[in-house]
Amino acid sequence: MGGRDATMVLLDENGIRCDGRKIDEPRRIMIKAGGLKNADGSAYIEFGDNKILVGVFGPRDVHPKHMSNTDTGILRVRYHMEPFSVTERKNPAPSRREIEISKVIKEALEPAVMLEKFPRTAVDVFIEVLQADGGTRCAALTAASVALADAGIPMRDMVAAIAAGKVADTIVLDVNNEEDQAGQADMPIGYMPSLKKITLLQLDGILTPEEYKKCVSVGVEGCKIVYELQKKALHNKYFGNRDD
Amino acid sequence: MASHTVIDELKRTQILELLEQGKRVDGRALDEPREITIETNAIPKANGSARVHIGDTEVICGVKIQPDRPFPDTGDKGLFICTAELLPLSHPTVETGPPQPHVIELARVVDRGIRESHMIDVSQLVIKKDKSVIGVFADNVVVDYDGNLFDACSYAATAALLTSKTPKWDWVDDKPTLVEGEDSQLPISTIPVSVTMGKIGNHIVVDPNGDEWDIMDARVTITTDSDGNICALQKGGFDGFTQDEIIQCGETSVRVGAKIREKLKAVQQGGQ
Repeated sequence: MGGRDATMVLLDENGIRCDGRKIDEPRRIMIKAGGLKNADGSAYIEFGDNKILVGVFGPRDVHPKHMSNTDTGILRVRYHMEPFSVTERKNPAPSRREIEISKVIKEALEPAVMLEKFPRTAVDVFIEVLQADGGTRCAALTAASVALADAGIPMRDMVAAIAAGKVADTIVLDVNNEEDQAGQADMPIGYMPSLKKITLLQLDGILTPEEYKKCVSVGVEGCKIVYELQKKALHNKYFGNRDD
Repeated sequence: MASHTVIDELKRTQILELLEQGKRVDGRALDEPREITIETNAIPKANGSARVHIGDTEVICGVKIQPDRPFPDTGDKGLFICTAELLPLSHPTVETGPPQPHVIELARVVDRGIRESHMIDVSQLVIKKDKSVIGVFADNVVVDYDGNLFDACSYAATAALLTSKTPKWDWVDDKPTLVEGEDSQLPISTIPVSVTMGKIGNHIVVDPNGDEWDIMDARVTITTDSDGNICALQKGGFDGFTQDEIIQCGETSVRVGAKIREKLKAVQQGGQ
């Protein structure tokens, strides 16, 4: 195939993507439960070239006090990118993008966590993106679920997340950075596989109603793959390595 | 609108009871938006403007168009930026100070819907490649709150853009120079329409009003373009949707959006 070096081929005639994956194949995913000494629960995820660390504290006292709720516990999420996590140095102050992602991840986790069991307390989730390469919000949400479980906080289910998207007129699973920049649509999905509920969903890019349907279903199937890896990570920490 | 009160619990019970009978608090059908009124050229000093009411929610959008420096990596494209702000007079719980996360989300979702639809062909907004481009700024201010700010801001910005007149600048003596009397329409390629749906119990309602907004479990905002394609989506709220519900919401957004688009088309034709 000539010309491959000159212009990046997003999808070749054999259905192979720019990083060698098939259309329904996620990037390499490695999840580790625990790892931090001081946090009540933690997780580390490598999702392709993304490297993300999550620490969970709580349920604990709420400061400032007026934020506390007498009926239920509250969940607070901070998604933060390190200045060195991207090609050009990022200003360490929280950007509008990070504030929105923090909110979206919080709302994706809330249906999973039994906060009503801990009135007047807070559960804090700190997400630190050490290296970013497209799809950080999904990887972060996936790791945050594992960290919450690792903290022993009662949960209805874990939220698994991955993005589906449209690249070279084809619906693909797990859009990477190059595909996101050059691709046609990106749809991050967070899903609770046992409860069959979508708790995070965003889209940018143009899809026909048919492609939209396909994209949701490809994403949901992808979440089920991620879910198995989340369970495996917890199993490995608490019951020793599970041989495949 | 931020904190959950005892009143909200009572409201929720009433709203849910009505929904079980297929009814809404204000008598609308589940997929029926409130009355939408759009008044354009509300602010003549702006290059384009609109005042939109959805029920009692009221938003004013002003568009300012002026020369700007392009982003370093997109020197062949003009700028489009859309913002949204809740004014302190819009609701007793709104305070001055840095924007709250829900306001940041509002602004970003409204911006994304319009941007991702490619409503404005920014490649036509270049004065001098890599040096100077035309910037289009659509700033929304919420004046009165009764739920569903996403759609109110989106319609206000879209209506304002559809009726905006852009001045012409030439590149003279290494700077953009205004050419008098050469105003024209913005390069518009499609009309995006967002439709926000709230989930209350197992019911999904289009265009939640303030009471419904305060007590709903989850929401989804879906933007469609003139071809009936889906171009942006944002889920929010503390509950989830099933896969079937999300597909349903997609279909609803195309159907309901098409009717609202007719209103915006009329605005566009009236403004020309």
